Amino acid sequence: MAERELTYREAINEALRQEMRRDDTIILMGEDIAGGSGQPKELQDAWGGVLGVTKGLYTEFGADRVLDTPISESGYIGAAIGAAATGLRPVAELMFVGFMGVCLDQLFNQAAKLRYMFGGKARVPVTIRTMIGAGLRAAAQHSTVDYSVLTHFPGLKCVAPSSAYDAKGLLIAAIRDDDPVIFCEHKALYGEKSPVPEESYVVPLGTADIKREGRDVTLVAFAKMVHTALAAADELSKSGIQAEVVDPRSLSPLDEGTILESVKKTHRLVVVDEDTPRCGMATDIVSLVSQKAFDYLDAPPQMVTPPHTPVPFSPVLEDSYLPTPEQVADAVRGTLD
Amino acid sequence: MHLKREKALWVYERMVLIRKFEDKVHDLFSAGKIPGFVHLYAGEEAVAVGVCAHFRTDDFLTSTHRGHGHCIAKGVEVRGMMAELFGKATGSCKGKGGSMHIADVEKGMLGANGIVGGGAPLACGAALTARVKKTDQVTACFFGDGGASQGTFHEALNLASIWKLPVIFVCENNLYAEASPVKYTLNVENVADRAAGYGVPGVIADGMSFFDVYEKAGEAVRRARAGEGPTLIEAKTYRFYGHFEGDPVNYRPKDEEQAYRKRDPITDFKQKVLAKKLLKADDLEKIEKETQAEVDAALEFAESSPFPKLEEILTDVYVNYP
Repeated sequence: MAERELTYREAINEALRQEMRRDDTIILMGEDIAGGSGQPKELQDAWGGVLGVTKGLYTEFGADRVLDTPISESGYIGAAIGAAATGLRPVAELMFVGFMGVCLDQLFNQAAKLRYMFGGKARVPVTIRTMIGAGLRAAAQHSTVDYSVLTHFPGLKCVAPSSAYDAKGLLIAAIRDDDPVIFCEHKALYGEKSPVPEESYVVPLGTADIKREGRDVTLVAFAKMVHTALAAADELSKSGIQAEVVDPRSLSPLDEGTILESVKKTHRLVVVDEDTPRCGMATDIVSLVSQKAFDYLDAPPQMVTPPHTPVPFSPVLEDSYLPTPEQVADAVRGTLD
Repeated sequence: MHLKREKALWVYERMVLIRKFEDKVHDLFSAGKIPGFVHLYAGEEAVAVGVCAHFRTDDFLTSTHRGHGHCIAKGVEVRGMMAELFGKATGSCKGKGGSMHIADVEKGMLGANGIVGGGAPLACGAALTARVKKTDQVTACFFGDGGASQGTFHEALNLASIWKLPVIFVCENNLYAEASPVKYTLNVENVADRAAGYGVPGVIADGMSFFDVYEKAGEAVRRARAGEGPTLIEAKTYRFYGHFEGDPVNYRPKDEEQAYRKRDPITDFKQKVLAKKLLKADDLEKIEKETQAEVDAALEFAESSPFPKLEEILTDVYVNYP
C-alpha cells in the first residue's frame, strides 16, 4: 500500500487534533480560527483560520477549547502566555508574522523572559503558530518571514518546517515543549504534499535534516527556500555538481553539528534564506561556519537572499525579490570557480 | 463590610510590613546599598491589602514596576524579596529579576512587570486557565493610571468582558504617571469611567482607606468567582515617595504631598479598628514590633547571603535547550 500523503495544511491540522485529543490542557486561540463564533450552529466553524488550517477543530472541541479572539494581538497573545504560565498549554495563532509588530512586547518581554526573570520558577509552554513568506502577492505587511528577529531573542524557540512530514512532527514537539515556541508556517507551502504517518510522532526541536546528500557544496536553506535549494541542486547535478541540502528545520535551537559536518565534507557553503540579508539566519549560518569550520572552506561562504527592502506587491517585483534556483546555482558555481 | 479580628490582624500586619519594608528600602537605596531601579509602594498599602484580603493562595495577581506591596499582600516572603533587591542567590528569583520582576508563581504572584500595562493580557490568561480548568480562582490585575493609557489595558478589558473572565482590574491611580499628572494624560475624570466602554462595572474606591477598597473589591471578587465577569476598580491613591528612588519629585506640589501624608492609610486603619474596638492598642504595637523585626531579619539575611555563582547567568533561560 502506498504511503499516505497529506498536505502541509492537513498535517498541521492533524497534529493539532491529535494533541488536543491527548491533552485537554491544550487550547487554541486566534483570529477567526473558527469563524462565525457566537452565530447559530450552521454558521459556526465558518473559516477554520484565514487559510483553513484549523478547519473542523471548533466543531470537534467546542468553544471552550477553540477560542476565536477579537483582533487584538497584544491582548490574546499575552493571554496565551499568561495561561501557559498558570497551567494550560495554549496554541495561539498569530495570523501573519508581520503582526508581531503589534504584540512584540508580549513575545519578547513577557514570554521570552518570564522564566529567567523569575529565577527558573515559571514555565511558559505556549506555541505561537504564525504564517510567513512571500509569493502570494500579499505585499509588505503580510509577506515577510521575520523569523530571524524571533530567533534572536533568548527564551524563545523558533521552527520553520519545509514539508508536511516536518510540520506535523515539529508542531507536536512544539506543543509538548515546556518553553515558548514560535512555529512558522510558510503560506506558499500549505498545498505541498508528502508522506505523513497517521500516528503521532515528534521531530525533535534542534535537529536538522539533510534533504539531499551531496559532496561538492552545502546549501543551507529554510522553509520554502529548501524547495528552491532542491531545485537548484537538481539543476546543478546536470553538470555533475552534487549539492547537499541541509534544512535546519529549527532555527532556535540550531543543530550546528549537522551544518558543520556537512561543510567539513563539501568545503563550500551557500545559505539560501527568504529573510532580508542583514542580521538574519543567512549571516548567522555564515558566521557559524566561518568561526567553527574556517579551515575546511575552499571558497568564501555565499548568501542568496532577497534585497534589503520590504516585500513589493507587483508580481514582477515580488518574483524578482525572492531567491530563485538560478541565483542559487550561480552562487554555487561562484564557489567552484 | 465586617472584618473578623483574625483578618484585621492580618490586614494590619501586611500593611505595616509593606510600609516598613519600603521605608527600609528607601534608606538602603539612599545609602547606595541597593543597585538598579526601585519604585516604592508606600502610601498605597490599602489597595493591595484591601484586594488581597479576599484572596486565597491559589488566586493570581499580576503586578507592576511598583510591585513590592502586591508581593507582600499575596504572601511572598520578605527575606527573599530583600535578597532579590540585593541581587543575591537567595532572592525570590535567585537575583535574576530584581525589584521590577519579583515573582512567586507558587503563591499566585505572577510577577512585577517592568513594562507598563504588560501584565494586563497575562492576567486574562491566568483567568482563562481558571475558566478552562473550571476552578473558581480569581485574578487581580494591578496597574497604574499610566497603564490605563496603554493599549494592553483596553485589549485586556475587552477580552475579559467578552469572555466573562474572573479578573479584577485594579487601577492604582496615584495621580502621576512618572512625572506627568493624570489631568494631563487622561481626558476623563476617572479611569473607572472607561469601564462603560466595555460593558463592565466601573467602581471608584478611596485608595487611602482599607475599608473602602475592601468593600468594593469584595463585590468584584464575588462577581468574578460567580462567573459574572470582570470589574474595573479605580483606587484613588498616592505614592509617598517619588516615581523611582532618586526621583527629585519636583513635579508635585508640597502641600498636596502633605495633605496625602495626613491621610495615611495605615493611620486611618488603626484609628478605625481602635474606634470599633476590633483590635487593641497592644495588638497593634505587637504587630509593629514583629514586622520591624521581620524587616531587620530580612536585611540581615540579604546582606549575609552569597551572590549568585557566575555560571547562573546561563541557567533558567529555557526549561530545555539542546
